[in-house]
Amino acid sequence: MDETSSPLLEVSGLQKSFPGVLALRGVSLHLQKGEVLALIGENGAGKSTLMKILAGVQPADEGEFLVCGKKVSFRNVNDAMDEGIALIHQELNLCGNLDLAANVFLGREPTKAGLIDESEIRRQTEKFLSQVGLDLPVDTLAGSIPIGKQQLVEIAKALSCNARVLIMDEPTSSLSQKETETLFKVVKNLRSKGISVIYISHRLGEVKELADRVTVFRDGENAGELMQDQIDHDNMVKLMVGRELSEFYDRQVHRPGKPVISLKDLRCPSYPQHPLSLKVSEGEIVGVAGLVGAGRTELLQTIFGVTPALGGSLEISGEVKEIRTPRAAISEGIALAPEDRKQHGLVLPMSVRENSSLPSLQRDASRGWLNENAERAVTQNAVKSMKIKTPNFEQMARFLSGGNQQKIVLGKWLAMSPKLLLLDEPTRGIDVGAKREIYKLMEKLAGEGMAILFVSSEMEEVLGMADRAYVMHEGQISGELSRDQLSEKAIMNLATGNLVAA
Amino acid sequence: MKKNVLGIFILLVAIFVITAVINPKFLNAYNMQNLIKWSSLYAVMSLGVAFVIITGGIDLSIGSVVGLVSVVLSICLKLEGMDPWSAIGITLVLSLGIGLLHGLLITKAKVQPFVVTLCGLLVYRSMGRWLTDNQSIGPMPYEDDAGYKNLEQIQGLDFLFSGKIALGSFNLPTPALFILVLSIAAAVFLRRTIWGRYLFALGNNEEGTRYSGINTDRMKILAYVLCSLFAGIAGILFAFELDSVQPAQTGEFYELYAIAAAVLGGCSLRGGEGSVLGVVIAAAVIRLIYNSINMVGISTHLEFGILGLVILLGVIGDEFLKKAVARKQAAQKT
Repeated sequence: MDETSSPLLEVSGLQKSFPGVLALRGVSLHLQKGEVLALIGENGAGKSTLMKILAGVQPADEGEFLVCGKKVSFRNVNDAMDEGIALIHQELNLCGNLDLAANVFLGREPTKAGLIDESEIRRQTEKFLSQVGLDLPVDTLAGSIPIGKQQLVEIAKALSCNARVLIMDEPTSSLSQKETETLFKVVKNLRSKGISVIYISHRLGEVKELADRVTVFRDGENAGELMQDQIDHDNMVKLMVGRELSEFYDRQVHRPGKPVISLKDLRCPSYPQHPLSLKVSEGEIVGVAGLVGAGRTELLQTIFGVTPALGGSLEISGEVKEIRTPRAAISEGIALAPEDRKQHGLVLPMSVRENSSLPSLQRDASRGWLNENAERAVTQNAVKSMKIKTPNFEQMARFLSGGNQQKIVLGKWLAMSPKLLLLDEPTRGIDVGAKREIYKLMEKLAGEGMAILFVSSEMEEVLGMADRAYVMHEGQISGELSRDQLSEKAIMNLATGNLVAA
Repeated sequence: MKKNVLGIFILLVAIFVITAVINPKFLNAYNMQNLIKWSSLYAVMSLGVAFVIITGGIDLSIGSVVGLVSVVLSICLKLEGMDPWSAIGITLVLSLGIGLLHGLLITKAKVQPFVVTLCGLLVYRSMGRWLTDNQSIGPMPYEDDAGYKNLEQIQGLDFLFSGKIALGSFNLPTPALFILVLSIAAAVFLRRTIWGRYLFALGNNEEGTRYSGINTDRMKILAYVLCSLFAGIAGILFAFELDSVQPAQTGEFYELYAIAAAVLGGCSLRGGEGSVLGVVIAAAVIRLIYNSINMVGISTHLEFGILGLVILLGVIGDEFLKKAVARKQAAQKT
């Protein structure tokens, strides 16, 4: 990079805190014109928070913003747009019921005599769609095209606002291999036209292919920077984790015991055409890898009875069981720490106590009367064994950090002493310290003979924690990898439907 | 929660004192007895709807259930000459059935509570009118009415449901005893049993509660059953209080008073919040406002306007209070 030219975008000393957690502790970042900067770091490192601040979605508590050397401040998304900074959301924000042209110009419709100028919108939209290589009629309904194309429409929308900087948050997390390739082509093309891209990704392979420079975040701080010739897998991981991998994932090899759960041709309602078979034994930690949307969460939800199976059989400790509600799953000794812990794992406006005791209330009650002593004991136990940091038991779950919230979810299940623990993205949005504690806990529980099945989109987590892993692709189990076979390449091959395993 | 109840209590006392200062007649025993009686009747319905609102639902059919129950009770007593306790039993079973129907339609057929109970409002009202040919009818003989085979027992019930107990020179209306018993029962249920906890939990986060192994459908059905049961009890009390039931009018709009009292008393229509004491006090506030408007000499045409403004301001104040409490909790360092 040319050090003398004033960067297109430069931020420094950025701080941001949320109740119970300091998300950014004075980070800095700079971006040149026509540069693809990859931003990597584990979940909870502060990447998404920084992106939201850059795009004006959230204000920073402190810090300085320079665009082309000029000081600016963003109060809202429009302020950021005026400076040419646009965020392509992880969850796409198109209105599925409107056509592409209407979506691209939503809120900025050119008018003629007070009415929407349809022909102008169409003409302009065609131009922007062709810039992102989309060859679709502009009156196609946005909801009717696949997600990869929707993403390109989002990019076209950003370009139509004269964006100079595109921020892409995990853009490939739900794309197929082919869609990913198309996206890369578009990004490279935009770069050649002088548009800068900040690219957030967990896929280190993609980062290597695309990035001119990599900035690594860890725990809300800058952890380091890699220039193009330094970008390789090991360097990136070392900066992300802050130590050698083996130290972080402290795993011992367990000899698996008797099978706890075994699925034979189970049909989940999400992908009924693909029967799923797998098994997990006592003391085993089994990972489920795959892309977002591969049906991993749905698999756990079917095992847990949230969306009952349509066919096939499920055996618990060798006996065929019918599980049609979470209640039934719990009585078979299954527990689920869901992916969306705010929606499914916790009752946020309730206290640590009320959350910790929710599943065990009935067991501890006599004739429906609340047993307050048992409730306190369960809470005490959860707070102690999980090291939950809370000022008191009555603190609302909402005001705890993501890590502590996750610990409440785990704590409430440990009170039920499950045989099988299902974990869906167990460390999403959690800081590094809490993450390690959760890994340690998984290790400890497996050591005590619990069977653990966990879904993770974090490659490092699967590689580090799993004794064995299943990989899913579009609703099917595309492969099974033993610990020796586990590698990023093998997982990505299976996850993207490339069935020639490494 | 406690601060919340304190706020509505202060409002009650403030209106009470101001009215008493402006018009000392407000304090006479007859007016007080009336005020207590009507507050109690309203509070019974309000408590019922509070269960449903805590789950995040709504019940618009309460007024029509009150109307239908009082019509059916009157028919049983007058035309059928039924034994009064059996008649009471039938009306209670009828209200339980209505609640169960609501609950099943909402949880199993997945119809929105607003729609289910709006249709209920229409259906029960017209059933009452049809059953009576829209003629007024009462549980007690009115000006030498015919029928009423078991007159003596009916008079006993009349004392139970709308009598007065002399406490020195003060005559305590019996509905006050009903609301006392019902509110204690409701408070114990909500705060001391697991089912009460489940109602609050599912009102806050239904999916999360289900993921914790709770049969949320069954709990929601229970809430609607309780709501209609309370409306049924209110219907019996109103029937004996009014003596003459107008099938087209008795209970009309009562659901709105009940919902207003529940909301003013600290229930959030988003679900997950509410306190029995708050709701009972709020029901009293609503009746008190009516009474005060008369006592102070404000035009009765302004009744609704004043009521609406008080509820609105009360709820806004409550929202501010909650934010302040939340800020305080958030500020506690973890």
